[in-house]
Amino acid sequence: MTVNQPSHHLQRFISSYGMVFVLLLLMLLFTILTWKEQTPGGTEAGHQVAETILALNDQAIVVVAAGTSTVEHAFVRAAQERLSAGGATVVKTVAGQPSDARRAIKETLDNNITLTHLAVSGTADRWTVFDHFDVSRLGQRVAPSSYSWPVFAQKNNLLSVADQTAIYAVIAVGMTMVIITGGIDLSVGSLVALASVMAAVVVRAMGGMDAGTGAILVAVAAGLGVCSAAGAFHGVMVTQFRIPPFIVSLSMMMMARGLAYLLAEGESISAVPRSWTAIGNGKALGIPVPVLMMIALYIVAHVVMTQTAFGRYVYAVGGNQEAARLCGVPVRRVLLTVYIICGTLAGVGGLILSSKLNTGDPKLGHMYELEVIAAVVVGGTSLMGGEGRILGTLIGAFIIAVIKNGMNLLNVGAFEQDIILGAVLLTAVLLDNIKRQRSDGR
Amino acid sequence: MTAASALLQASGISKSFPGVRALDDVSLEVHAGQILGLVGENGAGKSTLIRILAGASQPDSGRLAMDGRFVEFREPVAAMRAGVGVIYQEFNLIPALSAVENLFLGRESWRLEHRHERLRAEEIFQRLGVSVPLDAPCRAMSVAHQQIVEIARALLFDVRLLVMDEPTAALTPREVENLMNIVRELTVRGIGILYVSHRLNEVFELCDTIAVLRDGCQIATRPTAEFSRESLIEMIVGRTILHEYPGRDVKLGNVHLSVHGLTRHGAVNDVSFGVRSGEVLGITGLVGAGRTELVRLIFGADRPDAGTIQLDGQPLEVSCPQDAIRSGICLLTEDRKNEGLIPGRSVQENFSLASLPTFVRKGFIDSRKEYASFSAYVASLQIRISSHGQMASSLSGGNQQKVLLARWLECQASVVIFDEPTRGIDVGARHEIYQLMNSLVADGHAIVMVTSELPEALGMSDRVLVMHEGRIAGEVTDVRRATPEQLMTLAIGNTSSITKSSAQAEC
Repeated sequence: MTVNQPSHHLQRFISSYGMVFVLLLLMLLFTILTWKEQTPGGTEAGHQVAETILALNDQAIVVVAAGTSTVEHAFVRAAQERLSAGGATVVKTVAGQPSDARRAIKETLDNNITLTHLAVSGTADRWTVFDHFDVSRLGQRVAPSSYSWPVFAQKNNLLSVADQTAIYAVIAVGMTMVIITGGIDLSVGSLVALASVMAAVVVRAMGGMDAGTGAILVAVAAGLGVCSAAGAFHGVMVTQFRIPPFIVSLSMMMMARGLAYLLAEGESISAVPRSWTAIGNGKALGIPVPVLMMIALYIVAHVVMTQTAFGRYVYAVGGNQEAARLCGVPVRRVLLTVYIICGTLAGVGGLILSSKLNTGDPKLGHMYELEVIAAVVVGGTSLMGGEGRILGTLIGAFIIAVIKNGMNLLNVGAFEQDIILGAVLLTAVLLDNIKRQRSDGR
Repeated sequence: MTAASALLQASGISKSFPGVRALDDVSLEVHAGQILGLVGENGAGKSTLIRILAGASQPDSGRLAMDGRFVEFREPVAAMRAGVGVIYQEFNLIPALSAVENLFLGRESWRLEHRHERLRAEEIFQRLGVSVPLDAPCRAMSVAHQQIVEIARALLFDVRLLVMDEPTAALTPREVENLMNIVRELTVRGIGILYVSHRLNEVFELCDTIAVLRDGCQIATRPTAEFSRESLIEMIVGRTILHEYPGRDVKLGNVHLSVHGLTRHGAVNDVSFGVRSGEVLGITGLVGAGRTELVRLIFGADRPDAGTIQLDGQPLEVSCPQDAIRSGICLLTEDRKNEGLIPGRSVQENFSLASLPTFVRKGFIDSRKEYASFSAYVASLQIRISSHGQMASSLSGGNQQKVLLARWLECQASVVIFDEPTRGIDVGARHEIYQLMNSLVADGHAIVMVTSELPEALGMSDRVLVMHEGRIAGEVTDVRRATPEQLMTLAIGNTSSITKSSAQAEC
């Protein structure tokens, strides 16, 4: 493979990761559709306006006006600080309704103070009250300059898409492996709930709100452990007792959910220490921790599936189990391992979610199995087994997430969203089938 | 239009696929009551032609005519209605349904008429002169019976032209004989047959005319009497093959592998034999005689109920294929598709699968080493592939077999067990595989070859064991003078007519 021609490489990349282009196309589409005039607000805008005024006149006499929200308050505070520091005089500040602004300006003018400038936020700039005053005494009105930028492509939006996808994507790694072996794991949603409840119950028993790091580690181990055990149970049932994975995991889906409710006594458990949210809501280098975990996990999983004997064996078992066995592939061990990985990663997803929500809740992870399977399938993995790519799944998860996010931004209703997502899933598989028939020749 | 016009006339048929000219101006005639043999290597275009006749594929140019009238088969149903029946190598039976249910599948009237259906089925099987269990699910039937059901289904359609693709590939010699009688019987009724087969004996025995395809071109179409076996082979492969079974001169070593009292209830009964290094030991018998089951026991694919295996006199514990591979025993399975290849993976991955641990360095697969190693086999075995990343499923039968052979050679196997090594493989590739077997024994490997083809058993083996109902029914040591008939006699359980030496004497 390393000696192949470069053009060959490119061809293979396109055929392998054609979904990347679909994802980029979708992102482009939503970028265009959500293109809007953006008015900066808050501290940043306040500074900008102050700088503009100071540049015009460093002895300026100013009234600052803005609306009522926190962002507007921040604007007022920032503008006032920066103007005063620059030598200008801020006569009055208003963070309120247009009528408040009218009263403040009237008072100022009545006191015979002539303003050189009026600093307004983007919101206040659209007020009509200023038209009632004499422009020569009101001074020049300065508002933050607006610019055009798509809502979709805003950094915060993109980060939140990644953040919301991370949990599904993490679970989908294990699911991809299971599906490549020709199996399925329907229990991951329930395992998400079980992991969160298990960890929360343990940490509550070890001190609750005041629990220390040690207790948290024990709780995490318990949450992951119970999910690994569930995965091992799948593996044993599938390999030793030859029960179809669909059935085994369907039963586990019910049992794990029931167990979670039982452990939590039907309620959510929020007696967890403050540091519980460190993973779920934490950031490093400005990127949410779950996203970083997801990226690291995908790199490792991709390498394992493409560069190690285990990865080869997973594909071989899925492609032709009997042929693999006759080649000396330890089929049972491979299957067992894959199911344990899938269970454990469902547990990881559950703990991240629990950390995000600061609770252990038996209701969590509802329908996650379908979301995850959809991501795997959109990513090009065949439910027949033997084919599929880890990175394809990551792209699949993001395609779904981007479509959801884009539809939200465009105010598409929830019911319509369901219909569209169902159609997307079907289209993805349809395209994949057509592509496969082409490459098969006839 | 005239009474003499052929039942089926195909004229100037051409068909191309991207990059391949599968058929180039092929013209055939099949007359009522006659058998036309169609021979050629894998990839010569036989399957494409069959698909066109069956309406599963459309020719780029050329026309089909039945009884002198032009016809167009836009879809399989059209061909069926016109009286063209096709029996593919892989049957189209629903495993869970019975013979009767399969016969009438898709033709049931709105209300099932069990009694009527049953009577029709009985009548047809009677006409064919065979008794097929009517109620057992097809998956429980022998391959021969399944084939009869396929033929019966075609008859039910008032078939006028029957296309048979490798009909005997999975049959035992006796079943082949039966089938040939049935085919002759069909021609008496005025049915025309297009008989596609790699097995030249059958083609010579059965066909009135033989057509040879090579690389999509029609090389010759002549009455059978005008061909000699040698000239036919030469036309098929496009070069001269001097000896169908290449000779060898290998000195036999010591007994390398031996088994004693190997038993698996219901399949293999108290089998003992030994095979020397440098020796090719043939094992033959009827289907169901326990040949495949026997070699699976040696390879650890199934567990024996009794018996031991020894390698160089040392007892060997084989509880799974992994154990056997570690000890240097390998098995090239009969069913390449289901038990050999991982069809959706590359040929290189298929090659290295059994020896993967040897390519792993520091936990990662050394793909450079893997590539180099496979390249060596591609060159030495003359495997024809477009790249190392080509899907295994897209190879021809002979090349698949070579990839599998490379897989096991890489495992440093000292005992190579071939189960039907040339099934479905054309004459040219077959010859190459025989030569490979010869070079393996020349290097001191021991070969166990399971085969249904009696001439192959006699032509390639140093000794032949014949199995009957799970036991060794006899051993033929003088393969040069033995005849297929003698093997057959042993295979059907008649042990008195031939010298039978105890198998244990070898060990």
